[in-house]
Amino acid sequence: MADNTNSVEHTEKKEFYKKKHREHMKHQVVTFVMMIAFTLIAFGLVIAEVDAMFTIPIILVLAGVQVLFQLYYFMHMSEEGHQWPAAMIYSGIFAAVLTVLSLTTIVWW
Amino acid sequence: MSTTATQKAGFGSVLWDYLTTVDHKKIAILYLIGGMFFFLLGGLQAMLIRIQLIAPDNEFISAQFYNEVLTMHGTTMIFLAAMPLLFALMNAVLPLQIGARDVAFPFVNALGFWLFLFGGLFLNVSWFTGGAPDAGWTAYAPLSIFSEGHGVDYYALGLQISGFGTLMGGINFIVTVVNMRGPGMTYMRMPLFTWTAFIASVLILFAFPALTVGLFLLTFDRLFGANFFNPDMGGNVIIWEHLFWIFGHPEVYILILPAFGVFSEVIPTFSKKRLFGYSSMVFATILIAFLGFMVWAHHMFTVGLGPIANSIFAVATMAIAVPTGIKIFNWLFTLWGGSIRMTSPMVFALGFIPTFTIGGMTGVMLASAAADFQYHDSYFVVAHFHYVIVGGVVLGIFAGLIYWWPKMFGTFLNEKLNHWFFWLFFIGFHLTFFFQHFLGLMGMPRRYWKFLEDQGLDLFNLISTIGAFFMAIGTLVFLYNVVMTQMKGEKVSGDPWDARTLEWGIPSPPPFYNFKQEPLTRGLDPLWIEKMQGNGELQPAEPLGDIHMPNRSFTPFMISLGLFIAAFGVMYQGGMWILAGVGFAITFGSMLYRSLKDDVGYHVHKEELEEKGDGSNG
Amino acid sequence: MAEDVLKSGDLPENPERATLEGRNKFMGFWFFLGGETVLFASLFGTYLALRNSNAGGATGSEIFGLELVFIMTMLLLTSSLTSVYAMYHMKNNDFKKMQLWLGITVLLGLGFLGMEIYEFVHYVHDYEFGYTTSAFSSAFYTLVGFHGGHVAFGLLWIVALMIRNAKRGLNLYNAPKFYIASLYWHFIDVVWVFIFTVVYLMGKVG
Repeated sequence: MADNTNSVEHTEKKEFYKKKHREHMKHQVVTFVMMIAFTLIAFGLVIAEVDAMFTIPIILVLAGVQVLFQLYYFMHMSEEGHQWPAAMIYSGIFAAVLTVLSLTTIVWW
Repeated sequence: MSTTATQKAGFGSVLWDYLTTVDHKKIAILYLIGGMFFFLLGGLQAMLIRIQLIAPDNEFISAQFYNEVLTMHGTTMIFLAAMPLLFALMNAVLPLQIGARDVAFPFVNALGFWLFLFGGLFLNVSWFTGGAPDAGWTAYAPLSIFSEGHGVDYYALGLQISGFGTLMGGINFIVTVVNMRGPGMTYMRMPLFTWTAFIASVLILFAFPALTVGLFLLTFDRLFGANFFNPDMGGNVIIWEHLFWIFGHPEVYILILPAFGVFSEVIPTFSKKRLFGYSSMVFATILIAFLGFMVWAHHMFTVGLGPIANSIFAVATMAIAVPTGIKIFNWLFTLWGGSIRMTSPMVFALGFIPTFTIGGMTGVMLASAAADFQYHDSYFVVAHFHYVIVGGVVLGIFAGLIYWWPKMFGTFLNEKLNHWFFWLFFIGFHLTFFFQHFLGLMGMPRRYWKFLEDQGLDLFNLISTIGAFFMAIGTLVFLYNVVMTQMKGEKVSGDPWDARTLEWGIPSPPPFYNFKQEPLTRGLDPLWIEKMQGNGELQPAEPLGDIHMPNRSFTPFMISLGLFIAAFGVMYQGGMWILAGVGFAITFGSMLYRSLKDDVGYHVHKEELEEKGDGSNG
Repeated sequence: MAEDVLKSGDLPENPERATLEGRNKFMGFWFFLGGETVLFASLFGTYLALRNSNAGGATGSEIFGLELVFIMTMLLLTSSLTSVYAMYHMKNNDFKKMQLWLGITVLLGLGFLGMEIYEFVHYVHDYEFGYTTSAFSSAFYTLVGFHGGHVAFGLLWIVALMIRNAKRGLNLYNAPKFYIASLYWHFIDVVWVFIFTVVYLMGKVG
């Protein structure tokens, strides 16, 4: 595993990756700040007692976007090698949406 | 560490070998034994049902016992017989078909089997402790909530345990296909059995969690005073029906797709032609799976969901006939102009096509929501689903078992007896179930303990029972055949059927590492390509090297045993809570042990492989 | 050699996916999360179907206190970020910092779990809102309790990994284990985002 023959290049490579990871981490922090902001907006709308017809769709959308942030950035689904995970998560979401939809609409009330 | 299966070993060491095995080929044999045991048990229950209904106003068994037998027949056949037998086939051949040395998670694979077995045993303990589940295999609330005794508790907890096992098995196969395909084995070169097993596993992944939740809710309602299905406290019984069928409808595709896969292997092999319309077969499989998730409410047409919901689900259901029709025609076109050999797996396949088509047609009839109000809960429905499940899944399982028997055991089942088995079973099947269509249309409701005389139901019920005996005798012929063949133990070559896919390019039974050298896949039906264009042997894609293998483990058995014990504690409560404590301690302790102890496997060394001689190209 | 994966030292760019076993764990766990999505959807669906079935017992808008839920949300969201930090240090092969951030994650998770237990006790004692009070109460405790159970399991898992590997550092054998544990932790957060939105906020709005 250790690249003894060419250690200079090796450390350069390491430095490169470290830098890349640092860049990456900055994005993660930005993502986090946005998630906190979304949460604040959602709680704020409810505490301010804005009309329910307005609040409910908004907070659901905010939740959806937050989840996409989690999946794509925190869980690295945006990186390469994640085609299958993405396919399965979306299939799961498909089945999940059908389930929730039917249990909220066709259960007799 | 490495075991030589060829040496005669004592009973104790063989038992220990199977208790701790993580080899997918041995797990396949375990699934086969477990599944066969429950298949016979479920068959026995079916015979009791048919004997009770042989004549009007019969008193052969009591009403309560009839309910229990009826419930357990359905539950056993679906969860404990059909599923594990299909898992047996998948375990036996899926890794071989894609040129893999192992499955992705050998440990989890073993765990899946033991969970299934202990869940199934747990369910059947109920016979000896005051009565089996009696609320039908669908356990509709509120009947299942108010059913007395512990029968339905056994149902909920037993299926929960075996359901975990199935889910694990499913994930294992998905990852095996995604990550473990051998050199050159692209997705569109995978044999159709592998494809269908793969798609069925995906369905397992998304369908079983709904059952898990449904069973938890049922358990909490019955044992911990929750109110999900109790209308007095605001509960809603329709939730159970939805959750059950969100699982239950994909479940029937989980069963039938691998059976389709078996026939898609058998028919080309014995027609000496490549499968007609391979890519459309793959597409149809995926489409069936996709549509299969959007049709569950066709089991609930009479619930009163409203005309809009009923129409949507009716249309979606009818749409499934299209990809299924594609498959039927592809099989017919594969047969067309082929040089057909009437071997027993082929006879099963030829019996399957018309039988399943009849079942599909009654399916489209039932899919018509307005008409379904007439058919609902009548023997017409019973006839329909036995045509698709016995005519499709069971014929598929036996075709697959006979076809891959040489690969699994290195022996060859007696063809003459196989044909006897087929004809007895097939004629018996149609005698039993064809007339039930008419019984249903004449108004006989399903699940009833008795029918009265002079209502025109006597004759067809009698015929139906006679047919059931034919099926039972056929099954006994098969068992006799198995015992005789294994006693004789005559060995066969690696490729007794002159077949087309990778698994036939290695010895029967294969060495525990499957392929000495990973084979190169040059196209669809790789072995056939080598037979036509090469020297008839699989070409290695790598030089001979060390092979990494997983260590055997007793932990899967212990994890499952713990849940088995714990379930009694949860059910009986009171002083029995101690059992729950002990059981969960065993389970979580074993899981922790597994997590903390390094298990990196071992290597079979190159030198050892060279000594053994017979390698991947036997 | 089989034991090579246990050596710590230089690690490749994606240590969690450098071995076949690692890749299998990675894929299998993602697929499992796909299944978990349906599991929680079934629980959410049940809850939504029963959210107004309080059968004379307390309703959601009567008992839910948003302050507590807000703090719990912040704790869990932050713990998600800290586990991202842990994985950041894993990729840089800095085991000590990874352990540190995982430790912080565990502490935040414990805080969340403690507050959830307090919340449940509070409901039972102050509002007589027990598990068997109504269909709504059963659905509420089951959904939120299932999530709480996941949190508890995740905490035990991460702690077990931290203790087991404390002395020997990071290697190709345990890197995938840490990685999927962190995936699990993020997924717990995903579910919580929907719980605070659908259960608490929508419950408060009515």
